[in-house]
Amino acid sequence: MLRLPIFGTKSPTSLEELVAAMAQPGAHLVAGGTDLLPNLKHGLYEPKVLVSIDRVEELQHITWDEDASMLRIGTGVTLSQIAADNEIGARFPSLAKAAGLVASPLIRNMATIGGNINLDTRCRYVNQSEFWRSAIGGCLKSGGDVCHVVPKGRSCVAAMSSDCVPVLTSLGAQLGQVGPNGRRDLAMADYYSSDGIAHTRREAGEITAEVCIPIPTRDTAAQYAKWTVRKSIDFPLVSIAMNFELSGSGHDATIVAATICLGVLAARPKLLRADKLKGLRFSDAETAEVVGELCYAQGKTLDNVPYEAGYRRSMLRVFGKRAVGQLVKSR
Amino acid sequence: MGGNFTKRRDGRTEGKDAEGWQLGKAHRKIDAVDRMRGQLRYADDLKMPGMLHCKIVRSPHPHAKILNIDTDAILRMDGVHGVVTGKDFPTPYGVIPWTPDENALAVDKALHVGDGVAAIAAVSEDVANAAARALNIDYELLPAYFDPEEALVGEQINPYSRKGNLSKKVELEFGEVERELDAAHLVVEDRYFFEGSTHGAIEPHCAVANVEPNGVLTVWSATQVSHYLHRELAKVLDLPANRIRVIQPPLGGAFGGKSEPFDLEFCVAKLALQTGRPVKCLYTREEVFYSHRGRHPMRMDYRTGFDKDGKIVSVDAKTLIDGGAYSSFGLVTTYYSGQLLCAPYDFGAYRFNSKRVTTNKPACGPKRGHGSVQPRFAIECQIDKGAVALGIDPIELRRRNFIGRETQTINEFKIGSNGFLECLDKVEASSNWKERYGKMSFGKGLGVAGSTYISGTNYCIYPNEMPQAAVQISLDRSGRARIFSGANDIGQGSSTMLAVIASEELGLELADIRVVAADSDLCPVDLGAYSSRITLMVGNACVEAAKTLRKTVVKNVAASWEVPPKQVNLVRGMAVDMENPERSISLAEAFVIAETEEGMLSAVGNYGTRSDRHGEYRGGTIGASPAYSFTAHVAEVEVDEETGVVEVTNVWVAHDCGRALSPMIVEGQMEGSVYMGFGEALMEEHTINSEKNGVHNAPSLLDYRMPTFLDTPHIESHIVEEADAQGPYGAKEAGEGPLHPIIPAISNAIYDAVGIRLNKTPFSPPAVLAALAERKEREARGEIPPHKRASTGGQS
Repeated sequence: MLRLPIFGTKSPTSLEELVAAMAQPGAHLVAGGTDLLPNLKHGLYEPKVLVSIDRVEELQHITWDEDASMLRIGTGVTLSQIAADNEIGARFPSLAKAAGLVASPLIRNMATIGGNINLDTRCRYVNQSEFWRSAIGGCLKSGGDVCHVVPKGRSCVAAMSSDCVPVLTSLGAQLGQVGPNGRRDLAMADYYSSDGIAHTRREAGEITAEVCIPIPTRDTAAQYAKWTVRKSIDFPLVSIAMNFELSGSGHDATIVAATICLGVLAARPKLLRADKLKGLRFSDAETAEVVGELCYAQGKTLDNVPYEAGYRRSMLRVFGKRAVGQLVKSR
Repeated sequence: MGGNFTKRRDGRTEGKDAEGWQLGKAHRKIDAVDRMRGQLRYADDLKMPGMLHCKIVRSPHPHAKILNIDTDAILRMDGVHGVVTGKDFPTPYGVIPWTPDENALAVDKALHVGDGVAAIAAVSEDVANAAARALNIDYELLPAYFDPEEALVGEQINPYSRKGNLSKKVELEFGEVERELDAAHLVVEDRYFFEGSTHGAIEPHCAVANVEPNGVLTVWSATQVSHYLHRELAKVLDLPANRIRVIQPPLGGAFGGKSEPFDLEFCVAKLALQTGRPVKCLYTREEVFYSHRGRHPMRMDYRTGFDKDGKIVSVDAKTLIDGGAYSSFGLVTTYYSGQLLCAPYDFGAYRFNSKRVTTNKPACGPKRGHGSVQPRFAIECQIDKGAVALGIDPIELRRRNFIGRETQTINEFKIGSNGFLECLDKVEASSNWKERYGKMSFGKGLGVAGSTYISGTNYCIYPNEMPQAAVQISLDRSGRARIFSGANDIGQGSSTMLAVIASEELGLELADIRVVAADSDLCPVDLGAYSSRITLMVGNACVEAAKTLRKTVVKNVAASWEVPPKQVNLVRGMAVDMENPERSISLAEAFVIAETEEGMLSAVGNYGTRSDRHGEYRGGTIGASPAYSFTAHVAEVEVDEETGVVEVTNVWVAHDCGRALSPMIVEGQMEGSVYMGFGEALMEEHTINSEKNGVHNAPSLLDYRMPTFLDTPHIESHIVEEADAQGPYGAKEAGEGPLHPIIPAISNAIYDAVGIRLNKTPFSPPAVLAALAERKEREARGEIPPHKRASTGGQS
């Protein structure tokens, strides 16, 4: 079978120890490990020591900070916990849904929200064994100097494949990053870059300690749409998160603000320009069509993940439209 | 021990229950408890002192000459104990003795990405991997062919081929095909393509070899054909067969993917001989994909002629088979692609022309329903198209073409029992077909298909007059039976089947029967688990041995009671005087009486190939079977017009397996078959990337998408029991037949739902959307009327 490389392990019990352990050269964080371990078996990284967040109590909270109008989730919380949390389900249904759609139940029991936020980008030409990659001469992300997805491309377009990232971005989430110099908070929308090799702006020695989601003060409607070939296990092939601020709760409510974020395009989650949705009546059938059209027009799919790019793009229109339709129906 | 249990199966008639004490009951497989508890020891669980780990170094090129392999540097590495290359295995082998075209490791040329080139034995898998990475191999790249048409006119790929890249060609004609087509009322003509697929057994291949102190080489292997492995080991290693012992540990699935020798078995054997230490090799999942031997991609051009009543008057089948780099069972596949089509329908005339071509891809071979799942897809879609064109209900049209029982196919296969009509009745009634077919709203539909399959083949791979199967049973004074059988239990329950038969005949509890299987030092020769042969062939041998022992025990008990033998019955753990039921003794006591008189209680049974079940023409034995199973499926689908996603909501399957010895296991086989075929219909694709050096597109269980539980349709199984004179108690096969109809049934249901024909597997959402768009264009041009609705473009 595929073997893991040789590495040391550390299981600190406090955030301070965790940050100290991550300051060591060659340290690599393991936040569930459900994606990391297969990648290690594929020889994508060779860490000296794996540092687990598993025993750090300070990363295990789900706190409703009503004073600050913020839901704070420690990054050690598992996806199963988020998917099963009744209050998250009621107040942030798109997040609960996305967390519950990741991989399979057994994987969600191990995988954490922090791991999902920092999930490495994926590509059909990268997430393979060393032997397989050697047969195509490697690529920008794995020991070669070409991109097999964009043949003349000079930057890696491996796909951001997290289900939770588009949702959290659409909800305006902030990340609490803790490193040797203390904590800094930044918007998730600013956390990702377009470089598939290093697609987050995580600084050396830094860990994502908390994700903070603003509790909406007015009527909102949020949805996550995912399509994969199978109904379980698979990474998303179509991934759309949307969050609408509405003028009210009635049938004639109009859109005040709309945030739509697409995943699995390239390295960076794609926030759509959605100004034209402002003022549209949410329940109009035409609104759903416009949303579908926006997703399609701005969502350029690539052959970086293993399914037809053309089909995936046309599905952005269908699933974008349907997601709005489902929201309208459920209101 | 959990023990075995038996219980009466619901729905069986009193009469049938009264017939036997084990037959037809729900049996727990004899290894089920150990398996569920994780206590079964698979090949990879074997660990021995001093054992080395072997890693096979594979070619990263699809076609390359091997110029040099620098083994010396590797042998100097710490922890490396041995290296072998193709030069150590100059003798070619092949499971079919006529086509030995494979070396344990590539000798001069690597023929596909993943072809084995060298093997290293080291103290650990990690050291072996490090040495494999360090091994320097010089290649000279050669042009690679991934398309069979291009390969046919390209340079020869396999050095042992005799006809360039034409691996095998078969052309047979029965009756006047062209004349009948000319005279036909309707000719349906179409092209089909069946994509390759793999088996997906959960256990990867694994083998362990050890040279015992007495010099015998023992090979434990996750194989389903111990005997063929034994033969080829002897040939390739140039060792007499009596110095080799092959043991098959419990298997984690096979499905045809372990039906021939593989590189790892030869490598561990050679390295064990070389180093004097036990050696193990366990494939990675990726290596399983390279070893492959899965379903052949087939391009099928069919013409089917019907008369005005729907009778099939003529079938012309032309098939191009993509074989990959080696022959494997390809000779048989090529025959099967045509020979297995001639039932359950009577063809007025039939011709097939099948060509198998060598390409620079992992070799294809037998997968559940070997060689006949693909043509079955084509013919059942053809029949559906004929039914629609003629305005005849597709089930009715199939009934009109029923070939009958105790008859002969046009290619001269003797058919015995045939429960196909009852299969059609069952799926028609349970799916509520009459009320729903053609009448469901746009997007929803039903489809039907039928099929037949063999219960073992008369063609026994290498010609010989010895039995195809043999079983030895011994009883002893402890009241137990030991069954020795060479048959490979690959999870299908063949050892349980033997225990059930012995139990039925001897009156023993299942728990009192030990089955010793697939150990070449202990068991009689059996040809292995393929072609659905074991229940019929090994089962018959077991019946013979068990009946002989029963007679011996009964005779001696009767003598000691001074009653006629027919008055003594062995049942429910006892010997009973039927005229005087209060007189009974335990079977242990009965065996003591018999053993005292006769000495050791032991008997053998044999099954020999029948030679009167097929035609006399060349190739007439290939695909001919003692008895045929029959199946019918109805599938129900929902097609999403916007996404192209096909949801299979229900499948009704009726299968005539002859007498069901163990109905619960039969149902398991039926459901497993539906699941497997459903995955091939909708999502599975075993393909390589011709733009990227021929690398495999999905060499993992993440990217090679097999359905999950959530995807799997609701399955309703109906067992049809048309006992066959050739089978033990009338039993036929159940492991492979029930797979065939699901793929065309789904295709036909998609037509009923939305009016498109999916002639190529898998029926993926993009393919469905493309076909829907094409239909809409034709509707818009007025060429065809809208399907099931007033106008196009409407939402269902």
